Amino acid sequence: MAATPRQVLGLYKQLLREGERFANYNYRSYAIRRVKDYFKDKRGLTDPAAISKEYQYGVKSLALIQRQVAVSHMYSHANAKQVVE
Amino acid sequence: MAATARHEMKRFAFSLSRNGLLWRRALHHQTANSQQTQVTEDKSTQTEKKTDVEPRPLYLDAQATNPMDPRVLDAMLPYLVSYYGNPHSRTHAYGWESEEAVEKARKQVADLIGSDPREVVFTSGATESNNMAIKGVANFYRSKKNHIITTQTEHKCVLDSCRFLENEGFEVTYLPVKSNGIIDLQEFKDAIRPSTSLASIMTVNNEIGVKQPIAEIGEICRENKVFFHTDAAQAIGKIPVNVNNMKIDLMSISGHKVYGPKGVGALYIRRRPRVRIEPMISGGGQERGMRSGTVPHTLVVGLGSACEVAQQEMEYDRERISRLSERLIHGITSQLDHVIRNGDPVETYDGCVNLSFAYVEGESLLMAMKQVALSSGSACTSASLEPSYVLRAVGADEDLAHSSIRFGIGRFTTEEEIDFTISKCVSEVTKLRQMSPLWEMVQEGIDLKSIQWTQH
Repeated sequence: MAATPRQVLGLYKQLLREGERFANYNYRSYAIRRVKDYFKDKRGLTDPAAISKEYQYGVKSLALIQRQVAVSHMYSHANAKQVVE
Repeated sequence: MAATARHEMKRFAFSLSRNGLLWRRALHHQTANSQQTQVTEDKSTQTEKKTDVEPRPLYLDAQATNPMDPRVLDAMLPYLVSYYGNPHSRTHAYGWESEEAVEKARKQVADLIGSDPREVVFTSGATESNNMAIKGVANFYRSKKNHIITTQTEHKCVLDSCRFLENEGFEVTYLPVKSNGIIDLQEFKDAIRPSTSLASIMTVNNEIGVKQPIAEIGEICRENKVFFHTDAAQAIGKIPVNVNNMKIDLMSISGHKVYGPKGVGALYIRRRPRVRIEPMISGGGQERGMRSGTVPHTLVVGLGSACEVAQQEMEYDRERISRLSERLIHGITSQLDHVIRNGDPVETYDGCVNLSFAYVEGESLLMAMKQVALSSGSACTSASLEPSYVLRAVGADEDLAHSSIRFGIGRFTTEEEIDFTISKCVSEVTKLRQMSPLWEMVQEGIDLKSIQWTQH
């Protein structure tokens, strides 16, 4: 069953929100940039099977980002801001 | 008399730059100390204590190493936490699950380079792979062939392996490179003898980022029945590499240069036509007897995952890195004169930008730009003040070789970081040049080449 546009949009927002939580500046900005560009790239998809496949990939990626965000906070340098932050 | 005056002048210039260095170091210390005392004195601002700590420098040294991709760590963690079996244990489930993970990783690496998984051997890194390939092939075929070809701009571990073999009685040709860092194919052809067993030429140079014509070299080697080894540590996952199209017989891969973990690498060894190597490490006969020792399955899983991610992201990364590279080069050269890019303007990997800032000493610039993690050349030689042998091999003048900085752009580099680097670089170079007696002389129109600095 293909995901509805609403579900896709929800996943997109969740991915961005989660990516925003990375402790490390570089990972954070990469996650946001990559998610945005990935969705932009796949915007034209119409085939339900393809949409469903991408949706599943997104769900998996969200779980991955959640785990890695948790890890990033466990071992982040105490108050280590990067110079450009 | 004139000679001594010149000599004195040189010493003066040298001590000036040295003093400058010390002075800057001291200043840095002082500000750090005063910050500390301020914090301890003022207890009411305890919550602000943390923000007083100096920020971490931004990372722009992608050729030395890279941070691990979070996707890679995510693949590794289960094997660090739960699945600890020895991948060579055949008698229980712990072993089987680890073995399965290792074989999956082997396939991921093989897919990236277009080979068969059975042709991939895991090692501790590209240095071991290079040693294994060069010494292994040379020693296996030593009864018939005793000549090896390599280039002057190879990584230290390739050059040192060749040096080692020279002491063992082998003959080695160190091919020079043209001023753009690329070898002359005719010269390469001419260097091949009937006794040549191996040619080792790197895909992408670690200091200047130059790409060698690997497919052409592979063709020449195949025609002349010479085994072709390439050190692709800097190329894998960044530019497309296919061992069959490029006719590569052996190829070294590094884990941490593809956003994987350190301490792991791989060596591709062709099966058809078969390349035989004499193993360097004896033991339990793992990796088909070519590299004994328990395979570190956690690291190998990381390498495999890094290769898969690299394959998926190659085009995206390439486009982005070339845009950032352009931005950096344009930003610096549009604001500073006498900046030379080392290496070929076209046949260069975009993520490696090696610039020479004339009349500025590279090491002083690195010190001045302590908020940007940079290097003047390879990390292996960054402790010494010797100018890079790679830059000397491409024919850069001694003074320009001393004033070079390598900017390494990677997957996680951002536009803000590039802009920060440009503005820092421009202001520091301008400042250092104002202090430099050489710069003053150039402004006065004196040709520095006409001055003889040394007496011998």
